[in-house]
Amino acid sequence: MDLKEKLVSSFLVFEDQAEADSYVHDVRNDAIKIFEEKGFPSKKEEAWKYTSLNKILKEDYSIFPKQENALEYRDVKKYFIHDIDAYKIVFIDGKYSSHLSETTHDGIDVCLMSAALSKPKYRLVIENYFNKAATKDSLSSLNTAFSKEGAYIHIPKNKLVEKPIQIIHLSTGNESATLLQPRNLIVVDENSHVQIIERHQSLTDNAVLTNSVTEIFANKRAIVDYYKIQNDNANASLIDNTFIKQKRESVASVHTFAFGGKLIRNNLNFYQEGERINSILKGVTIIGNKQHVDHNTLVHHIEPNCESHQDYKGIYNENSTGVFNGKIIVEKEAQKTNAFQSNNNILVSDKATINTKPQLEIFADDVKCSHGCTIGQLDENAMFYMRSRGIPEKEAKALLMYAFSNNVLSSVKIREMKQRITKIIANKLGVNIGFDL
Amino acid sequence: MLKIDNLQANVEDKAILRGINLEVKPGEVHAIMGPNGSGKSTLASVIAGKEEYEATNGSIVFEGEEIGELAAEERAHKGIFLSFQYPVEIPGVSVTNFIKTAINETRKAKGLEDMPAKDMLKLIRDKADLLEIDRKFLSRSLNEGFSGGEKKRNEIFQMAMLEPKLAILDETDSGLDIDALRIVANGVNKLKSKDNAVIVITHYQRLLDYIVPDFVHVLHNGKIVKSGTKELAHELEEKGYDWIKEEVNA
Repeated sequence: MDLKEKLVSSFLVFEDQAEADSYVHDVRNDAIKIFEEKGFPSKKEEAWKYTSLNKILKEDYSIFPKQENALEYRDVKKYFIHDIDAYKIVFIDGKYSSHLSETTHDGIDVCLMSAALSKPKYRLVIENYFNKAATKDSLSSLNTAFSKEGAYIHIPKNKLVEKPIQIIHLSTGNESATLLQPRNLIVVDENSHVQIIERHQSLTDNAVLTNSVTEIFANKRAIVDYYKIQNDNANASLIDNTFIKQKRESVASVHTFAFGGKLIRNNLNFYQEGERINSILKGVTIIGNKQHVDHNTLVHHIEPNCESHQDYKGIYNENSTGVFNGKIIVEKEAQKTNAFQSNNNILVSDKATINTKPQLEIFADDVKCSHGCTIGQLDENAMFYMRSRGIPEKEAKALLMYAFSNNVLSSVKIREMKQRITKIIANKLGVNIGFDL
Repeated sequence: MLKIDNLQANVEDKAILRGINLEVKPGEVHAIMGPNGSGKSTLASVIAGKEEYEATNGSIVFEGEEIGELAAEERAHKGIFLSFQYPVEIPGVSVTNFIKTAINETRKAKGLEDMPAKDMLKLIRDKADLLEIDRKFLSRSLNEGFSGGEKKRNEIFQMAMLEPKLAILDETDSGLDIDALRIVANGVNKLKSKDNAVIVITHYQRLLDYIVPDFVHVLHNGKIVKSGTKELAHELEEKGYDWIKEEVNA
């Protein structure tokens, strides 16, 4: 039985057990039909031309974790940004770990999707927002069909949430192959500000496939800063589907740090439903070996006077492959749009590959749109310059790569987060130098 | 300190250095002059260890050790410093962070611990003052958007920080106005001692009014064709290089 058949046949059992009202029940049933009809995407589809899921779909994934697994904080502490005070929503093999988490209902809701989907007090929010931003593509639909657990964050209006919220998915590898489908819903009401950090981490080399959907709603004048740390093991793959709907004068930023994993696909979609919206998409990718990272972005400018800024840096070592596919749509009504996109890449090895493709569809006539992509090697003159000052080759390379990504890093607002990313980069590049600038 | 014997080098299969002989002793200042394309910058880069430049023959001995096979950073660790004619812009790396990394990597190579942050800061401030460098300048990205004078001053600042045994100044005077020239020369002179040496590579004589050489060599067509004292520099300034070429050809 292939994975698609297995999933479709598991659905009935899943739906029987899941506690949910009829609204969610209907949404799930519609979603499984879409997945059944479309199946997993193949390279024949334009959006998947450079990324094949074939290999990772061959594993015999266990779809529902058989047992609850516990972990001690000291063993997984390093995957947290632990030197700041933060809310934590932690999952172990897809199940909520109250032991490792720190949730709240004090003025804001930082809790669980399973609670939100089943308790009447969240019903209104669920009906207004759940599955209202996610598209009907096959992978998001698959996630919707099995949506049960994940983070549920609701910030009412005029709240400045001082503590960042960390959403951490750990997998223990107790099964030889695990499929995880977390589902997050984040609603930020008028004039509120929240910072969220998301990380997926497998603790063994057993195969893990995560097909995650995150819906984010930034209402009027809300500010949402979202950080994704993707630094997983060599057999962990991630398909991240993130959908952000913004209302007028809101600012939403997503930083994606893709440093490891077997295959990572980021489907990041912004929809601007109001005037004077700012959307910020930034990313640093540093991978090697046979790793593959695919950034597939969409910014949909629907209303006038909005902005979007995209800045993705990629460093590809050994025989790694990268994809950047950035689509910007500017609707006819979206006059005075400022849309910028830039994708710069360094191929460190001649076996590494990057496919970069900007796609602009502009229907308005009074807009500023720019896009640029570069693919290059490390500057030989800069290397000699640094080495002639006593900085060894490896360190000089690392420093150049770090400097190359610095534009993106400098806009990270959480200091400890920036330090952590810096450390991960140094580690990844095998050097022990402080990049503190 | 430095002994170059019959050094020959190619750049992209073209012979640029055709048998250089040069000896530099501690405490000496040597000037290497010559027309454009005579191989001055190539000589500097070959001594510093640029990999694209292939030494085909001869030897470079530094403090009794053949260094021809050493990587650029290993030569730097031994105390060779090259001030670039065109310092490279490195956006995203600040002057401070760069020099800190250079110093600590050099210390690491010598088996020393990192320099304590406090000492580093003091050293940076002292040397910045020596070259009349504004503190704000130190947090800017290395050479990015620097004027010609700022770039050269920054080179000498790094030299002051690294305290090399042998400093090679490649066209350090180009692009400098008279004030910047004086500051740079003053910095170099203050760093001079009986234990270190300087090779000044220049097309013009004017820098040599400030950094006074013990020996002047004229490079032509990849060879040192004439050596003398500082008077030779004056003669070249007056008469140009043509008479040297004629003398060689005769």
